[in-house]
Amino acid sequence: MKLRSLIIGLTLTASVATPALAGDEIRVVGSSTVYPFSTVVAERFGRMTEYATPVVEATGTGGGMKLFCSGVGEDTPDIANASRRIKDSEIEKCAENGVDEIVEVKIGYDGIVLANAVGSTLYHLSQRDIFLALAKNIPTEDGSLVENTYQTWQEINPSLPNIKIEVLGPPPTSGTRDAFSELVLETGCKTFPWLKALKDTDKPRFKAICHGLREDGAYIEAGENDNLIVQKLSANPTSLGIFGFSFLEQNSDKVQASFISEHEATFENIASGDYPVSRSLYFYVKKAHLDEVPGLAEFVKLFMDERAIGEDGFLTERGLIPMGEDELETWRSSVLSFTPIEK
Amino acid sequence: MYNPMYKSEKKPDNTASKLSTGSLPGVAKRHRSERMFKATGLIAIAGGLLFLLFVLVSIGISGIGAFKKTYINLPVPSTIMQQVLDSGIDDADYYSLNRKALRERFPDISGRRDKRALYRLVSAIAEFEMKDQVVELAPTTNAPITIKFTASDDVDMYIKGTVDVAESGAAGRLNAKQVDLVNTLKQAGAIEVGFNWGFFTNSDSRDPELAGIKGAFMGSLFTLLVCLVLSFVVGVMSAIYLEEFARKNKFTSFIEVNINNLAAVPSIVYGLLGLAIFLGFFGMPRSASLVGGLTLALMTLPTIIIASRISLQSVPLSIREAAYGLGATQVQMVFHHVFPLALPGMLTGTIIGMARALGETAPLLMIGMVAFIADAPSNIMDPATTLPVQVYLWADSPERAFMEKTSGAILVLIATLIAFNLVAVVLRKKFEKRW
Repeated sequence: MKLRSLIIGLTLTASVATPALAGDEIRVVGSSTVYPFSTVVAERFGRMTEYATPVVEATGTGGGMKLFCSGVGEDTPDIANASRRIKDSEIEKCAENGVDEIVEVKIGYDGIVLANAVGSTLYHLSQRDIFLALAKNIPTEDGSLVENTYQTWQEINPSLPNIKIEVLGPPPTSGTRDAFSELVLETGCKTFPWLKALKDTDKPRFKAICHGLREDGAYIEAGENDNLIVQKLSANPTSLGIFGFSFLEQNSDKVQASFISEHEATFENIASGDYPVSRSLYFYVKKAHLDEVPGLAEFVKLFMDERAIGEDGFLTERGLIPMGEDELETWRSSVLSFTPIEK
Repeated sequence: MYNPMYKSEKKPDNTASKLSTGSLPGVAKRHRSERMFKATGLIAIAGGLLFLLFVLVSIGISGIGAFKKTYINLPVPSTIMQQVLDSGIDDADYYSLNRKALRERFPDISGRRDKRALYRLVSAIAEFEMKDQVVELAPTTNAPITIKFTASDDVDMYIKGTVDVAESGAAGRLNAKQVDLVNTLKQAGAIEVGFNWGFFTNSDSRDPELAGIKGAFMGSLFTLLVCLVLSFVVGVMSAIYLEEFARKNKFTSFIEVNINNLAAVPSIVYGLLGLAIFLGFFGMPRSASLVGGLTLALMTLPTIIIASRISLQSVPLSIREAAYGLGATQVQMVFHHVFPLALPGMLTGTIIGMARALGETAPLLMIGMVAFIADAPSNIMDPATTLPVQVYLWADSPERAFMEKTSGAILVLIATLIAFNLVAVVLRKKFEKRW
């Protein structure tokens, strides 16, 4: 008897507790690089306004775009974060599913550095040097591949120090690794004319050659935790480490960044685009949801506020590299008038 | 035949057997191997306990800091109070005013860089804390007051001694100048360390000093409630039908094999199933604890069915025959006699299933419950995370102060599990007494 009433009671509780409607909070999906910035703004938005705090999911840029483009309506995300610009194929996919008006918002930059411990030799590297040091197989001028046997930096480039090649970096699952592969390795790869031509004819093979890293101990996967890499560099002055610019800034007493293509990894160089290993961060807003989802326009407005992505904004404290004043002003005016991307 | 039901409570009388068999050949050897076996067992148990203790102590040590919190008491002089009154208590620009109060406290700080360093001593919600406290006081004159600010995570870690002070005078992310400021405040008695109620009353936050587990705890509660109702009712009913009523033929044994296989399927597969069925087909909202509960129910069902069937099987045949003998129908026999006897075993199976569901993150990833959700859910349709997901999210955060929060959340998770098991034991004992 007791059990029967227990079961009935529980069932009743569950059915009574079920409300009619789902919440109408803002839904954000996408890049895990933008996630830390998006969540900070979301939290502040929830605290400052009467609207519910937006729900932010780190699904990765591609996964986020897929969800974002799945259609218009309550059960689809309102915003997709991206650590790269939206692709044409994604815009088409969106349009197919009725998402034909997308507002693009650029929030700033993210830099990736190659650093070593303060006090050890400062490197001046080119993307080609880095590619030759780390690639699993290196190309020759005549179009064949040989196994990478470089032991020291000097063997690659006589102007570099005679120090053993040892680089600590993120695993393939990391977004930092993606950007590093694309911005450093591919650029270094393309200095070989036949590989550059290969990109148009056989892209998968191009990627396999350019993105494949050594497995003989020259490249060490150090996990996703950038803090850990910084600690290892101080303990081991001959190695280099790959991590995000924000960690360099917070540990400038411990590590120094190498010059890449004769550009120092500074706040200004990344913001101006001179430092080559930087990428822009974006998010995309579904225009059709602006009138449907309460607070969506205000959320975008808060993101574009000087206190958020401005030079002194609370996002720069979290490691975002802000745009220059003119660029920010241009973006702000196009974003706040909610002008959709032209196809 | 040896029947475990009639196992004697008394231990065998060792001395008597020794006396009578002491002179037989090989006995000393057999006794030695028995002692060896007992010793091995004891060592195994002691080893297990030691590991458990090690885990608990290490998590406890690193997690204890999560329950303490540092505050900074800051005087607000009458000049600032006058500004508050001028622009109205509700509308004052507390963002600038709390910074001004900090500057007034340290008038010799100048330069943009140093000022920013000063502002970073208090948490990101300093302006809201100031507003709340001023509104509560409702001052009518510009008399100076004191506001209690939450210290930033860096200050908090320095005060708790989580970070070491380097030779340069810096501590963690605090530079030497900030450390000086904190020490000045400390000497003036303006720093206060209290119990961190916020850890239980706040939900997730990107600022470690403000983050709490309320949202995740409520999410776990709702998710498990849905999971329990569905999996217990469906699981027990299917077990009873399969065990007591279904004919034994190829079809039922096919089902049986499949249920046993399902219990071994990796949990992420259930996440994909949940994504396809509940989100894709039924169009339920993403991240809702209802969907989480349903998905976890799919995962726990096989466990509960198997455990329930085993406990039904262990009810002796004599009980069934006695019921039939008194003229009971099959349904009466099952529900009046066999089911109550088997219930303790079923409850144990359910608790095992629930404990697994409570610790699960992988299936929840697919249905959007691994997300930053700052508002605590108030019903099963609200977006929610669960405790293990919160642990996972915090462990992944770059801010170092999240380390102690992670351990703190693990402690709460363990405490919840222990409470769970206690309830199970009490329930089981209660039902057992009736027979």
